[in-house]
Amino acid sequence: MSTAAELKKLYQKGKKRKILAILFIFLALLVAVVVSVSLGAGSPRFNEAMQAILARLFPFLQIDPGPTLTQTIVLDLRLPRIVMAIIAGAGLAASGATMQGVLRNPLVSSYILGISAAAGFGAALAIVFGIGVIEGYGKYLMIINAFVFSMLAMVLVYGIARLRGITTETVILAGVAVGYLFSALLSLIQYVAPEHQAVRAVVFWLMGGLNSATWESILAVFPIVIVTFVFMVQQSWNINVTSMGEEVATSLGVHTKRVLTITMILETLATASIIAFTGVIGFICLISPHISRMLIGNDHRFLIPCSAVVGALLLLCSDTVGRLVLQPTELPVGIVTSLLGVPFFIYMLMSKKRRTWR
Amino acid sequence: MKLTINKLSFNYTSFPVLRDVNFAVDVGEVLGIVGPNGSGKSTLLRCINRILKTKQNTVLVDGKDISGINLKELSKIMGYVPQSSNSTFPFTVFDVVLMGRKPYIHWSLGERDYAIVADTLAFLGIGELAMRHFNELSGGEQQKVIVARALSQEPQILLLDEPTSSLDIKHQLEILCILKSLAQTKNCSVILSMHDLNLASRFSDRLLMLKKGSIFAVGTPESVLTEENIESVYGVKARVTDSVIGKPQVTPLISEFNGIRDLKLPAEIAAKS
Repeated sequence: MSTAAELKKLYQKGKKRKILAILFIFLALLVAVVVSVSLGAGSPRFNEAMQAILARLFPFLQIDPGPTLTQTIVLDLRLPRIVMAIIAGAGLAASGATMQGVLRNPLVSSYILGISAAAGFGAALAIVFGIGVIEGYGKYLMIINAFVFSMLAMVLVYGIARLRGITTETVILAGVAVGYLFSALLSLIQYVAPEHQAVRAVVFWLMGGLNSATWESILAVFPIVIVTFVFMVQQSWNINVTSMGEEVATSLGVHTKRVLTITMILETLATASIIAFTGVIGFICLISPHISRMLIGNDHRFLIPCSAVVGALLLLCSDTVGRLVLQPTELPVGIVTSLLGVPFFIYMLMSKKRRTWR
Repeated sequence: MKLTINKLSFNYTSFPVLRDVNFAVDVGEVLGIVGPNGSGKSTLLRCINRILKTKQNTVLVDGKDISGINLKELSKIMGYVPQSSNSTFPFTVFDVVLMGRKPYIHWSLGERDYAIVADTLAFLGIGELAMRHFNELSGGEQQKVIVARALSQEPQILLLDEPTSSLDIKHQLEILCILKSLAQTKNCSVILSMHDLNLASRFSDRLLMLKKGSIFAVGTPESVLTEENIESVYGVKARVTDSVIGKPQVTPLISEFNGIRDLKLPAEIAAKS
């Protein structure tokens, strides 16, 4: 079993299996999209929904687009929401996988740098007091605030960690500290908020949701998520090597501090731009990487893309369930992801013989 | 490649760990570094490999200052085996050894990468472990995998930090024989720190004895491992004799060691035995 040709065969076989797994989940995602489009309040039938989509996508085919109401429901309400679920799920999960890898810690999620609390604080400032970093942008105030404060949290974490040399420990501790700082400020705002309405709006924002997704917001988020995703995958080899420890990575020619800084910036950009539009959607970024590790192992070249498709699938399914169970109202997606995700995750943990972390 | 260490000093904060260390290692030479805990053995290896940054012109490879070589190029010259290895997220043996090819790989693997990984696995006799998980191996097998990773870097200088400390006697000998043959057949310079003076004496061409961050003695095992040197560096009285293979054999004398002589077993344990 030790000749180069045999090793290559074995390795290629494993690689093919990983790629197939990713493709299979991607296929499941496509199925989920089709199902999700034709389910829910005021629902058009499946073929009507497809008609509306195809008519818009390929106008030259001259398909009958169907009634205007159907078109509005499918194209302007449901589809953007589905697309946002895919982008958000993929971006959060890929960020989570990257941060777990580079910080060598299975408990890390993409919120490890205090981003969620900071974004919440920024959004709350806008909701309760109408205070923004940029004045006079109306409905964009909340989004811009959430994004800017997320970035601010990352800069703070980086600055604090830098004082003692950027290492995994200092980054994690600084991230936790900054997270506590912003959640205290967030609580303070809620405590002193003059109206109950405003507090309720803040709580609602913190639960996260995809119901406000529009093509406009997708146009803003998608480019950031796709670009950061490509750069995260590009760091795969560096992250793989880093997981054997900083010393070893250095001896293999990898600048560990540089890799950590780059990935911090990438994941903050992706996560911040997503949650600025969706609110804090938790858990996806923690479990998707773990589910992926169980499926295809720890090589980040495959793990990051796999986490992305798993995250997209999980978030889309959760959101669809959330839309359906309490009709005519909705269950916030954050609640559904945990209620559905936790049992599934525990099942996977129990059924797998080999641990995928130490 | 010839390695030269020139007036190397290093402090972690204000406490000096290495003080004015000078020596050279020849091509294909095995240099053993010995000395008590905290004498600077690990720090010295890390400085050589630029895991710890030192002043300019202190570590030279074929006369070239390593602080002028970029990290990636340096990793094609030097391999490093740390004291202990584990990975938070486990990889297969193949994946771990493949990491040694990191300086050469951009994204996908080339034929040469497969060939070298296969060669090093065969050289270390662990070909059949290739698809096993690293974390599920025994300590001895793990150490061989880590040595294989360093070798797949195709280094001309190999640094090892106590590579045999946690191994059984058979694995100790196996690893050291592998290193010796590496030096002899592939002209790789091997620098390793060790605690076991008898193994160091047996497998090193030369020994470097550190005391509190300075070189106390350097030379052949016969010249370094003397009763006087061992007592003044370790504070242990020992008898040095010729072993069956003609290398100095160190036998510590417990009865002459103050710390142990005064130690008494608790009464109940003494009664049982």
